[in-house]
Amino acid sequence: MNLKPFILVILPIFLLNCIDQNNHLYKIEGHQISITDSLDSQNEIDAFVKPYRNHITKDLDSVLAYAMNNYSKSNGELNTAIGNFMADALYEQVNPIFKLRTGNDIDMVLLNHGGIRSIISKGNITTRTAFELMPFENSVVVVALKGSQIEKLTSYLCENKTAHPISKLKLIVDKNFKAISSTIKGVKIESNKIYYVATNDYLYNGGNKMTFFKPNEGIYDLDYKIRNVLVDYFKKVDTIDPVIDDRFIQIKQ
Amino acid sequence: MKRRDFIQQASLGTALISLGGIGLSSCTSNVKAKKITILHTNDVHSHIDPFGPKDGRNANKGGVARRASLIESIRKENPNTLLLDAGDIFQGTPYFNYYGGELEFKIMSMLKYDAATIGNHDFDNGIDGLYAQLPHAKFNFLSANYDFSNTVINTHVKPYKVFNIDTIKIGVFGLGIELEGLVDPRLYKETKYLDPVEITQDITRALKNDEQCDLIICLSHLGYSYKSESNKISDLRLAEATKDIDLIIGGHTHTFLPKPTITKNIEGKNTLVNQVGCYGINLGKIDFYFDSNHNKKADGTSIIV
Repeated sequence: MNLKPFILVILPIFLLNCIDQNNHLYKIEGHQISITDSLDSQNEIDAFVKPYRNHITKDLDSVLAYAMNNYSKSNGELNTAIGNFMADALYEQVNPIFKLRTGNDIDMVLLNHGGIRSIISKGNITTRTAFELMPFENSVVVVALKGSQIEKLTSYLCENKTAHPISKLKLIVDKNFKAISSTIKGVKIESNKIYYVATNDYLYNGGNKMTFFKPNEGIYDLDYKIRNVLVDYFKKVDTIDPVIDDRFIQIKQ
Repeated sequence: MKRRDFIQQASLGTALISLGGIGLSSCTSNVKAKKITILHTNDVHSHIDPFGPKDGRNANKGGVARRASLIESIRKENPNTLLLDAGDIFQGTPYFNYYGGELEFKIMSMLKYDAATIGNHDFDNGIDGLYAQLPHAKFNFLSANYDFSNTVINTHVKPYKVFNIDTIKIGVFGLGIELEGLVDPRLYKETKYLDPVEITQDITRALKNDEQCDLIICLSHLGYSYKSESNKISDLRLAEATKDIDLIIGGHTHTFLPKPTITKNIEGKNTLVNQVGCYGINLGKIDFYFDSNHNKKADGTSIIV
């Protein structure tokens, strides 16, 4: 009865035999499955999400103001009602804060057309509207720029031929998109004067290829999210009724 | 024979039979086909609830509770399943703005995700914002070409992970897109972007030779392809420039493919590239069938898409 050595010998053979056999990939099948309402919802997940959803819905659907019309960023050539609204609202909300902190007034506002993330629909404006317009977490910065840098800013706008939202800056271009006139608060831009330009941190850091914010004469981070600017503005006013105006236009003859 | 000896001998005998049994059955099962199912999502962008019935583009599509029941039924059919995500988990609905990604990670943990890579929008609350949510994630974060060594998430992200499922070794590694010009540097801080092709060459060598993987999967947030910038690295270019990757699961470009793309790698061998759009509207499912060497077919691997 001496089984023990036999087992010890035979065991490694079994193991080796198995390890030697490689896994060979012989077939691949690929599918895409649509997630539709024909699938059941898992109760556990629904129950988990519900309290969060209720809180957000209640908060988002509280009515803040009223929109007189539908406003879309595709409506308008070099300036749009919705863009004008955003740039003007930003000026109105942020200038008092900036003035309190620095003693200076904001001279102009520049945002980007691509940053208008949705339309404003006619009717009630809610916190949800502000989230749809501005889902990102970007915040307001004020950049001190010399007039010579402002000229780069206006050249950018002329070359870009896009209705980037502006406030307090007025720009007229000819049929070749060459600047005929550019003014800030109605006054011609002076190359040695310092201008305070309110924008968002994304653009300040070169987003949308806006490279003219550097070099600058100073930067003020106001720690105020663009979305909160909009929410606070909506809370302040009863209705909004922005229009396309003459702040950035082309004279075609 | 003394009783004690008898018991000893008898149990040894049993041990022999059962060992033989284990040996034989495990060898036989190698001859039988094994199936590994890879499920994947990308660019879910905080879409937890389904799109409403009035949505202009995706009415009644998506929804994480539905995805959960689908994944559960697939896992029931084949427990040898891995669930992966190719990044941009964050940003897109107020759930992210209100809770900073907590829900997204908790739900992915409830769905038993195995691994995810990091997309550019996952930096939207800064690398500190991502770090703050990591305790809610019970799955692995994989990124081979972001060097996080000077950041808070350094030890929390691994270049790759090897999953051993039913003796099949599956190496999964992650790749991220260049952050400069795409993400505010103040958000990604000292995260260094390394060349995806060079990193992939190193990682696939390690997975193939050192880890002896049977299957190599790349979780990529590079983007499917860039027509206007043909030199920009993308999933299709990565596939062409490297070897030994079986499947690239992509993201970033929100590409809806009619079916997974079969492309050739640098050795002329087939590589599969897949991406399932965005917002949790689709679930990708790739099944890999294995058998033992003894059953090796002369014509290699057949791909049905």
